[in-house]
Amino acid sequence: MIWFIIIGMAVVTVLPRVIPVYIVDFIQFPLWMNKWLKAIPYAALGALIFPGIMTVIPERPYVGVIAGVVAMILAWFRIHVIGVVAIAIITVYLFTI
Amino acid sequence: MQIRDGLIAGFPIVIGYLPIAIAFGVLARQAGISLVELTGMSLLVFAGAAQFMAAGMIGIGVSAAEIIIATFVLNLRHFVMALSFVHQLQHIPLKWKGALSIGLTDETFSVSSIYKHKAEQSYCHLFYGTIIITSYGSWVFGSFLGGVLGDVVPEQLTQSMGIALYAMFIGLLVPSVRKYKRIAIICITAMLVNYLLNPLIGQGWGIVAGTILGAFVGIFVLEEEEI
Repeated sequence: MIWFIIIGMAVVTVLPRVIPVYIVDFIQFPLWMNKWLKAIPYAALGALIFPGIMTVIPERPYVGVIAGVVAMILAWFRIHVIGVVAIAIITVYLFTI
Repeated sequence: MQIRDGLIAGFPIVIGYLPIAIAFGVLARQAGISLVELTGMSLLVFAGAAQFMAAGMIGIGVSAAEIIIATFVLNLRHFVMALSFVHQLQHIPLKWKGALSIGLTDETFSVSSIYKHKAEQSYCHLFYGTIIITSYGSWVFGSFLGGVLGDVVPEQLTQSMGIALYAMFIGLLVPSVRKYKRIAIICITAMLVNYLLNPLIGQGWGIVAGTILGAFVGIFVLEEEEI
């Protein structure tokens, strides 16, 4: 039964990821749609960050927000992503002790 | 060269995936899923949020059809992401586009999009492929480890590491905003749309709506020569 669920999940997960490969080549995108497609990564990043970041410690949403602000400041001053991730982890850890 | 760059670009995903995958392994065992089944799920599905949801639903005995439909809805956001990803890789062979899109997650998509200048280089599929393979490997390995370890990893640590992927998203986004401030308008729109709609239409649709509408605002605020 669980294997049936797993295979079903695999199919419905892979379809949305792969179908665009076979349709993009057949569509002639107008200029506005090109812009839309190029803006998608930034919009997706925004939607992935917030409000999800508030659930890092579900009972204390502000902890995720503070760590997020710390990450923003570090990234603004050109700290490498790996450093940003490391310091954000330490920030949250300090709130849990 | 492309493989080395891919390893460096993919490293933050590995850091972020490991603790989440371990947490998934632990949760799945508690839901009564065997070690082989949970590792198999990570191997075949490779979709973090959906797997967490499925483990929870299996634990409380929800029907297979409901779990599969819920997975579909939650993962529809990858359709929008794949459209953008494939558009970025227009000139690489179809078989590579197909292979790479199978491994598209929120994280592999985000990292690949930020390194979009790589798409113009030769052997760029090796760069994107390396990001995806290392991420996938850490996801599967972490799930297995979580299933074996059970609850021995202190919760404090896994909880703290839950910030890793968000920090990575921020670390990817901020330099783009710094370079071209109008991008912030797109992100903030997407955040607000997701925040407002999330409680009404659920996590999956919230991200889909935020991404589509946020990018739609981009049509008006971005200048062609800047992107």
